[in-house]
Amino acid sequence: MSAVKSGRALVLLMALALLFLSAGSLEARESAWQDWDYVWKVITLQSYNARLVILSTSLLGIASGLVGTFLLLRKRSLMGDALSHATYPGIGMAFLVMLLLGGEGKWLPGLLLGAATTGLLGVLMVLAIRNTTRLKDDAAMGIVMGVSFGLGVALMKMVSDLPQADAAGLNSFIYGTAATMILGDFLLILVVTIGAALASLFLLKEFAILCFDESFAASQGWPTFFLDLAMLGLVTAVTVVGLQAVGLVLIIAFLIIPPTAARFWTHDLRGMLGLAAMVGGVSGWIGSSLSALFADLPTGAVIVLVAATIFLVSMLFGPARGVVPRSWRQARLRRKVGRQHLLRAAYEILEGQQPDVAEPIRNLPIALDSLLTHRSWSAQQINRLLRTARTEDHLEEAEPGQVRLSEAGFGEAARVTRNHRLWELYLIHYADIAPSHVDRDADLVEHVLDAEVVNQLETELQDRPSSLEVPPSPHFIDQRAES
Amino acid sequence: MNWSSLDTWTVAIGAICAVACALPGCFLVLRRMSMMGDAISHAVLPGLAVAFLITHSRVTVAMFVGAVCMGLLTAIFTQWISKFGKVDRGAAMGIVFTSLFALGLILIRQSAKHVDLDPSCVLYGSLEYCVLDMVRMGALEVPRAALSTGAVMLVNLLLCALLFKELRISSFDPALATTMGINANLMHYLLMAIVAVTTVAAFEAVGSIIVIAMLIVPPATALLLTNRLPFVLILSAVIGIASAFLGHLGALTVPPLFDLGGTVSSGMMAVAAGLLFCLAWLLSPQQGLLVRWFGRDFGYGEESQDFPEETV
Amino acid sequence: MKSFVDNRHAPADGRPEHPDNLPLAIHDLTVAYHRKPVIWDIELNIPEGKLVGVVGPNGAGKSTLLKACQDLVPKTSGEVQIYGAPYKSRRSLVGYVPQRESVDWDFPVSALDVVAMGTYGRLGWFRRVGKAQKRVAMDALARVGIEHLASRQISHLSGGQQQRVFLARALAQDARLYFMDEPFAAVDAATEQAIVTLLKELNQVGKTCLVVHHDLSSVTRYFDWLVLLNMRVVASGPTEEVFTRENLQKTYGGKLSLLDDVADRLRHVSS
Repeated sequence: MSAVKSGRALVLLMALALLFLSAGSLEARESAWQDWDYVWKVITLQSYNARLVILSTSLLGIASGLVGTFLLLRKRSLMGDALSHATYPGIGMAFLVMLLLGGEGKWLPGLLLGAATTGLLGVLMVLAIRNTTRLKDDAAMGIVMGVSFGLGVALMKMVSDLPQADAAGLNSFIYGTAATMILGDFLLILVVTIGAALASLFLLKEFAILCFDESFAASQGWPTFFLDLAMLGLVTAVTVVGLQAVGLVLIIAFLIIPPTAARFWTHDLRGMLGLAAMVGGVSGWIGSSLSALFADLPTGAVIVLVAATIFLVSMLFGPARGVVPRSWRQARLRRKVGRQHLLRAAYEILEGQQPDVAEPIRNLPIALDSLLTHRSWSAQQINRLLRTARTEDHLEEAEPGQVRLSEAGFGEAARVTRNHRLWELYLIHYADIAPSHVDRDADLVEHVLDAEVVNQLETELQDRPSSLEVPPSPHFIDQRAES
Repeated sequence: MNWSSLDTWTVAIGAICAVACALPGCFLVLRRMSMMGDAISHAVLPGLAVAFLITHSRVTVAMFVGAVCMGLLTAIFTQWISKFGKVDRGAAMGIVFTSLFALGLILIRQSAKHVDLDPSCVLYGSLEYCVLDMVRMGALEVPRAALSTGAVMLVNLLLCALLFKELRISSFDPALATTMGINANLMHYLLMAIVAVTTVAAFEAVGSIIVIAMLIVPPATALLLTNRLPFVLILSAVIGIASAFLGHLGALTVPPLFDLGGTVSSGMMAVAAGLLFCLAWLLSPQQGLLVRWFGRDFGYGEESQDFPEETV
Repeated sequence: MKSFVDNRHAPADGRPEHPDNLPLAIHDLTVAYHRKPVIWDIELNIPEGKLVGVVGPNGAGKSTLLKACQDLVPKTSGEVQIYGAPYKSRRSLVGYVPQRESVDWDFPVSALDVVAMGTYGRLGWFRRVGKAQKRVAMDALARVGIEHLASRQISHLSGGQQQRVFLARALAQDARLYFMDEPFAAVDAATEQAIVTLLKELNQVGKTCLVVHHDLSSVTRYFDWLVLLNMRVVASGPTEEVFTRENLQKTYGGKLSLLDDVADRLRHVSS
């Protein structure tokens, strides 16, 4: 399947990229690998330098995973992108305001507050543009993003010429300062993470209903606008705090990648939240550990690549919706369908060969050719089906060019044909479908019928046989070839 | 205020960039793919880094090739993830471009010894320095950036003129387009390639991030003012040029008002575009806010007309 | 021009009264967007305990009528009263079954989760869904016949099953007045049967249901009250009285809608 092939190609590409990277850094710092002690110390948080960074980024991952899940379900994933760009002018403005008020200007909480304010304003602008013009979400986000970032860049330049400004410090918001984090940063992240966790706990059903069915939520009386605002406020908080740590572009990744990865593993909203938090936390842990161990690996970038790898693995192998499990399930269904078709074809041929309809069908050998023409199989396909049937003991030894059902096979064939005929009858009685079209529809659905449904069918058709009888096919079976 | 020939060139380069961006930008907005512009402008970074590693020079054909490759890869990966993973398209875009950008950052940092490519230059551009980098063309001295962006602008103009009806129908109804023999997929990737090339051409002048403003804001403004697609294209180009002029003017006049130092023209150009958008948003004769609130119109805009078309 | 509107509840001075026991009383409702009216001068009084069908051609404004009654779209003019009070204060008495396309059925929730959403309004802020709500949800699922699908993810349900989930959610709201937007659209015959049975059950216990319906052939079998809508109310009343050829022609008549017809006549008069 092309999807699996391109998936393999992609994994190969990523492996090559990682190899290239590690080659480069190994050149620079061979000592890291030999020093397993050091590696262990870093990973288990015993190295003070690394500890703060690793913990902070992991917590940030958890917070982004939680909040990002709701954003994803609301189909507003890129709002994080618009928001993070919109925070930029706020930093410059806050700096100016604080200077004017006589302060030093680089007080972090003040800067963050400024960032959050313009960020939220930007989001409100997006909603306003979307609601009052013909422009859609994406255009509104693009407008807010481009203009506010332009404003931010212009402001920053104006500000950077001031004696109090340290351009590098203010500009750290683009790339993050993970490597030079202090306790204050960590505490801020901790607070935001706790906030996100509490919100996910107490507002779970409110957010869920908002994301799933907005008009139903509105009709129940939920204030959808304010719920939206609360959700976006959370996103703002996480974004602003994360900007500091991992930089502008990469906080976006943190909001999008963990929830999308989590979706492949579960069908349950609560499960998805938990997994997203876990993926975010693990990415943060591994990413910043790697960054601490090797030289020249910017923390944020490594974390994103780790998360992206986890996403790739999830997309390919996640049991709920992964590409590989899905194609495997489809292949299994196809095999089951083929098996049942073979048995039914055999049974119908036997029916046709029976001269007297009143007598029970006898299990005789049938010619291979008649099977071939009954359902327009190719020789290759039918050989494959016959092989499978043999392994299931549905066939017995027969002369060359002939096929003979075993006792078990015969019983199974009768059962399969019966279900098929019941379903056809049901469709005709209840769905007014012209009889000649029935076989197609019946084919698709019958293979997923289970015993319970068959019982229901029998009841509804007032058919309670004492022995296994097969109602005759409601449409003519062409013995030479099926149309 | 002193206005020199350098200023004129600054405005000229800005205007050329704006026009070059506005044309593909119209179709991005119509296809609801505005964020793809942002995605591509971030995702080109690894392509540029690799191209630089190989050729060791800043602006070459290799750069453009690298950019086009990354642009196409972004579109392909986004499509793939969205289709086979059944992921929301915006999220798929986000995953792809952030991963590629991260890859680019790492590549650049790792090979910092060999690469003199400052990521912030990629992001912000340096319009002021561009005008100083002159090249002789006959009797004239022209900034090199003007030539490269000018070339891209002409190519975009040509493509939009030649492929107008194909672009229009594949933006409006891709399924129909394909049945009529205009491969919608091909048009999609062509548009992505154009955006990638335009991004790289413009990044030196205005930076890849401001490019988003140029790609989206003038077309969006034009869409608020007219219903006919040819006018949307023309109007967005005009608005782009106006933004470039007003932006540079603002960059020269605004900071002295607040006793602050000089500022980046490209940023102010984006702000100017935003102000023009707000004007249109308020005052548009058919869709503006004032008309909505005070005019004879009485209603909600939930089901507004999607696509500007004379005939469908 | 002859008035087709049912004026049985209108007193002599022309202003309709609003007796408190009327589940739905609409007076002079107009909803428009971009200068084009979607529904126009709607005057409607629905008595209690009726199974009401709302029929009309495409674009007649049927969905908009339901949404306007629940403040989901802004009203240009007019008022809606539910049991004698505005909708805001009567929410708990109203249940809603929106169109199936209005949600993304790929959402990671089970059928039970969706049905439980009907109880959120009564649950209030910050509280979690508990055993009591889950039991209500299970009962609702049982009433529509799909309790065995409770833990199934909604994307794995057929169209008919999804519709039943939506119905069960409305049942979980335990309302007195139900708005249903095209519940019979694109469902299989068995589901259609199940929905009709459920509606008749609701009818028997005195609930009022307003159902947007598209299939004229089944109208007389399903509904005892009929509203013929084509931007304006063409007729409203007991089905046998309203379902006449004349009324149907006025509602669906040829290619002209009612207003185009009026415009035509005016043009002839003034020329």
